[in-house]
Amino acid sequence: MTTTTDMNADSYVTADGRTIGPVVMDMKNITLRFGGVVAIKDISFDIREGEIRAIIGPNGAGKSSMLNVISGFYKPQEGEVWFRGEKRPPMKPYQVARQGLARTFQNIALFDGMTVLDNIMTGRLNHMKANLLQQAIWKGKAEREEIANREICEKVIDFLEIQHIRKTPVGRLPYGLKKRVELARALAAQPSLLLLDEPMAGMNVEEKEDMSRFILDMNDEFGTTIALIEHDMGVVMDLSDRVVVMDYGKKIGDGTPDEVRNNQDVIDAYLGVSHD
Amino acid sequence: MFYREAGDFKTSYRDDSQTFPIRLDRMGYYILMFVAFLVVPFFINDYWVNAVFAPFLIYAIAALGLNILTGYAGQVSLGTGGFMAVGAYASYKLMTSFPEVSILIHIILAGGITAVVGVAFGLPSLRIKGFYLAVATLAAQFFLVWVFNKVPWFYNYSASGQINAPERSVFGVIVTGPNTEAWAKYMICLVFVVVLAWVARNLTRGMMGRKWMGIRDMDIAAEIIGVNPLMAKMSAFAVSSFFVGIAGALFFTVYLGAAEAGEAFGITKSFLILFMIIIGGLGSIFGSFAGAAFMVLMPVFLKNVLVGGLGWPTDLAAHFEFMIVGGLIVVFLIVEPHGLAQLWRLTKEKLRLWPFPH
Repeated sequence: MTTTTDMNADSYVTADGRTIGPVVMDMKNITLRFGGVVAIKDISFDIREGEIRAIIGPNGAGKSSMLNVISGFYKPQEGEVWFRGEKRPPMKPYQVARQGLARTFQNIALFDGMTVLDNIMTGRLNHMKANLLQQAIWKGKAEREEIANREICEKVIDFLEIQHIRKTPVGRLPYGLKKRVELARALAAQPSLLLLDEPMAGMNVEEKEDMSRFILDMNDEFGTTIALIEHDMGVVMDLSDRVVVMDYGKKIGDGTPDEVRNNQDVIDAYLGVSHD
Repeated sequence: MFYREAGDFKTSYRDDSQTFPIRLDRMGYYILMFVAFLVVPFFINDYWVNAVFAPFLIYAIAALGLNILTGYAGQVSLGTGGFMAVGAYASYKLMTSFPEVSILIHIILAGGITAVVGVAFGLPSLRIKGFYLAVATLAAQFFLVWVFNKVPWFYNYSASGQINAPERSVFGVIVTGPNTEAWAKYMICLVFVVVLAWVARNLTRGMMGRKWMGIRDMDIAAEIIGVNPLMAKMSAFAVSSFFVGIAGALFFTVYLGAAEAGEAFGITKSFLILFMIIIGGLGSIFGSFAGAAFMVLMPVFLKNVLVGGLGWPTDLAAHFEFMIVGGLIVVFLIVEPHGLAQLWRLTKEKLRLWPFPH
């Protein structure tokens, strides 16, 4: 429901000077059912290169299901997923990851037995090519690769300001830091599209401010395209370029924060509507 | 006071990720290697090699193998004994079929054959987890032992149903058969242990190890970050079985000399090695060694104390030995569920601060 003419152009420049490119991910008429329950009903929307795209909606609206469709966990019964101008065949999540998608989870999904550094290094696995034998011998390709990728991970560690916990097992960390490590792991993959499932859930105001800053900086410095689900409306309206609003598995609004804010359907969904 | 990392600055990522980051650890490691290679062989005798060193080193390889599968990749296996049998019978068939080829190659090939068998029996792990997988691998244990007893081709149609290791030598030194000298037995086991421990360390510190641990800790997150669960689990089964197969081959050729599948590689062996890694510490190379040492040395130690020291009759001592070892396992698991490796880690943390606790 984008109304302004320049937003339909191939690329445009936002008010704060970032360039938004062509469509990266295009969801066309997605329908997802679990038995008789329709989680997503005929939803279409796109994500453009370099933008921050928010998906909002009341609880149970189907936002996380949508993210799971994008990352390959759920296979929609109907509809098509187009990635970089090509229709994506049904894929396993790890194959989707190889295409350059990374995500974080609503409930943190880190590897508790590993150190922060090892967790972040797993994000690099699609960039490391040494085979089993080369890794067994270590000297040579495996070691070179390890060091080269460690440098990239260290940059991410610096960026997210978690240097001091590099060698701490993740299981020992407090919640806020775990969220940040999970973001670091996703970022280390240098994804072309980053999906964040409630990156600020359960955080206090300060932590939310930090996280918002990281999201904006990521988008600004690395040009990472970000799609996020968030419940904090203040955060969503401030961060995102465009917002999709879902309710009961249907799309009820799509556009800039201002457009969405003034959309009557959206107001009804959030505030309720009187039936008299 | 001496054991600390202060002042030992790392200026490259290479230095930072080395196996022994603390200087004293490195020195300890070099001294241990020196003693193991250049001191022990000159003093070792038949008793020490047969009672202590050979079983310890061979079980350490098997424990490393199972630790890769269970400790690192999180796939429980009760088929270790069966896979050791595969290694043993594979090495036997290779030794008798190709007598002119070096036994070192036979042992490594036996490991490779076990890896293939391990992958085949590991396939159910894609669909089942935890206890159910343990039962599936238990089936492998019984099936493999049954096959080796039932199919005469495996034991070359010998009347006793046993397999006997023919005499073979490496660089002119006899390493199998009854005429083997103690130091030769010790050295061949030691070389395999050192090389395989190094391989295990390399695999577990690199991307392969991270994939395994990712599958162990949170398989969904691992998959979303790009780990192919099929490849990760199958590679864990392959590498683990390779280690276990080599352990089985050495156990038969170098240590036992003669073996019968049900007796030498029964379910008790699977449990013994599982105990080793649980007591030693899951997901730890050091733990594999510590566990193997504990399970091998404890009975020997108790026997020496009870029979040699207190003068008890042998049969009574043997029964007490079972009870004490069993009791110790329970105590250990209560005191430190993460095994000897964790105790060692805690000791090192304390040592780092000693003698100033703050």
